[in-house]
Amino acid sequence: MAAEHTVTIDVNEKYTLTATMQRKIWLWLAVGLILFIAGAFWFVTGFGSEAAHGAGHAAAHGGGGGEHFNPMARVWANLWLNSVFFVGIAVAGVFFLATQYAAKAGWSAIIKRVPEAFGGFLPVGGVIMLVVYFLGHHDLFHWTHTGLYEKGGPEFDAIINGKAPFFYWPLSPEGGFPFFWLLRLVLYFALWFLVYTVIRKASLAEDQLQNRLDFRYYDKQVVWSIVFIVIFAVTSSTSAWDWLLSIDTHWFSTMFGWYVFASWFVSALATITLAVVYLKEQGYLKAVNENHLHDLGKFMFAFSIFWTYVWFCQFLLIYYANIPEETFYFKERLHGLGGVYSPVMIILALINFAFPFLFLMPRDSKRHPIFLKITAFAILVGHYLDFYLMVMPGTAKQYGGFGLMEIGAIILFASLFVWLFYRTLSKAPLIAKNHPMLEESLHHSI
Amino acid sequence: MADTRLGHTKERFIVGIYDHEDKVVNAVKKLKNDGVKIYEVYSPHPIHHIDTYIGHPRTRIPIAAFLFGALGTLSAITLIIYTMGIDWPMIIGGKNFVAIPTMVPVTFELTVLISALGMVATFLVSNNMGPGKKEFMFDRRTTDDKYALVVDLDANTLGEEQIRDLMVKYGAETDPLPRIVER
Repeated sequence: MAAEHTVTIDVNEKYTLTATMQRKIWLWLAVGLILFIAGAFWFVTGFGSEAAHGAGHAAAHGGGGGEHFNPMARVWANLWLNSVFFVGIAVAGVFFLATQYAAKAGWSAIIKRVPEAFGGFLPVGGVIMLVVYFLGHHDLFHWTHTGLYEKGGPEFDAIINGKAPFFYWPLSPEGGFPFFWLLRLVLYFALWFLVYTVIRKASLAEDQLQNRLDFRYYDKQVVWSIVFIVIFAVTSSTSAWDWLLSIDTHWFSTMFGWYVFASWFVSALATITLAVVYLKEQGYLKAVNENHLHDLGKFMFAFSIFWTYVWFCQFLLIYYANIPEETFYFKERLHGLGGVYSPVMIILALINFAFPFLFLMPRDSKRHPIFLKITAFAILVGHYLDFYLMVMPGTAKQYGGFGLMEIGAIILFASLFVWLFYRTLSKAPLIAKNHPMLEESLHHSI
Repeated sequence: MADTRLGHTKERFIVGIYDHEDKVVNAVKKLKNDGVKIYEVYSPHPIHHIDTYIGHPRTRIPIAAFLFGALGTLSAITLIIYTMGIDWPMIIGGKNFVAIPTMVPVTFELTVLISALGMVATFLVSNNMGPGKKEFMFDRRTTDDKYALVVDLDANTLGEEQIRDLMVKYGAETDPLPRIVER
């Protein structure tokens, strides 16, 4: 058994981002960019003929909003969707690291540099989100339209007007510059990245220790991890309201923050698992054995169920209560908007719940890399579709779909994420050699 | 040597007592190496992988869990369809009599309940345990600080003297020597 294996590790092992690998990532980045631009160009220029087709649908199904549709909305929606998804993975990766420190977990000591490297995406993701907001806010967020707040005006909307302070408080007039909303966006990234940097610096300083019984930096990481968890407990919910819930401005769900967190966290766990398995296959992280993979598999299994629980609870409450202003959200997705989004709802239940649940249930499938790779990949696809269902119906309306533009955007963001992940990873040794629980982790056995 | 009382054949075991986890694990491995079939090891605390060292096959309780879970799912669906759809159909919230989303919570709960209870029952039956049943104890001290290594004499070709010598050679207590226990 694993406990008996003689573990030989090189504590100074570093990931080297080779020129070939870097070229490969840049190539993917270029391919993604070209596909995205080509897809966007195709969609926007070909929109005239599509619109006639779409208008027919809108008339037939009584779906509104088709008459003022700007085809660029789907382009911005794609950028927004992918940046929210990948920022979520990055920040939930840091959150995973923080939970390990707060719980003083030992098993994860040898893989901790992997989620730690996720944080490298945060500043870039923040800049992208700000830019996308300024480019496409009128198409992404219905609440940015000034007319909604003019009392007595033709577009006046009492519900959105009631929510105005949440977007514009305290400096701006309603419908102007959303000071509070943007302040929050900047603040999330600032807080997340700041605390992440403190943890990361302590972690790197720990590597330089001469005396392994010096727990100064470990204690510091524990304290700041708890600080991060407290911050993330609030900001994970509020950021979900800001970035996703406010797309469907009329709708509100008190479970939404929780639900988005579940989706982010399970995606991050799948990404961590994929990264660990791939690094191991490339010859790194030799000390990672099937017991560590088993734990990662259990995490994915458990949080897939957790996501399903939250996702379904939100649906069931609204389904049972049958309040019109709540049910329209699911009506749009299940059979409204020309039925563009109805298959995705079914796919979600299958790929995000049934598949990981049944596939990861046996012990052996959590201990073999090939099963974990398949499930982690399926979970990532499924949760991308989950975010797709949060962003697209409210922005792209009945003109949503899955084409060149979507595929290009995923490739573009994924390769950007992978590139920043590898870059951050290569800056520090792969094993935190002075982690007090390294020995426990090396002999981890379940 | 095997006498029959109440229709049971008496089994004869040889019990070696060890005072350290490492000693008993080492003895298990060495005895296996010498071709001794080990019946069981009793320990005050769980020892990682001891069952694989002894050569016990893996537990099949997950299969029981899955089957009982499936039974729970089916019985929940049957219950809901019969009560809500056939026996006393009522319109609730304008939904169908048999509406799938409303079935999910009850189905989930019954699946978990039947699977958990079924696993407990399977565990008790397969270990010959249960309320009122008195479990045979090879050595009372395994509940305190000693480790007992038990070898079934009838399942082994080696004689009791040889096994006793091997046990002592691998660190069993000599005062008293490993003794024979009948069950």
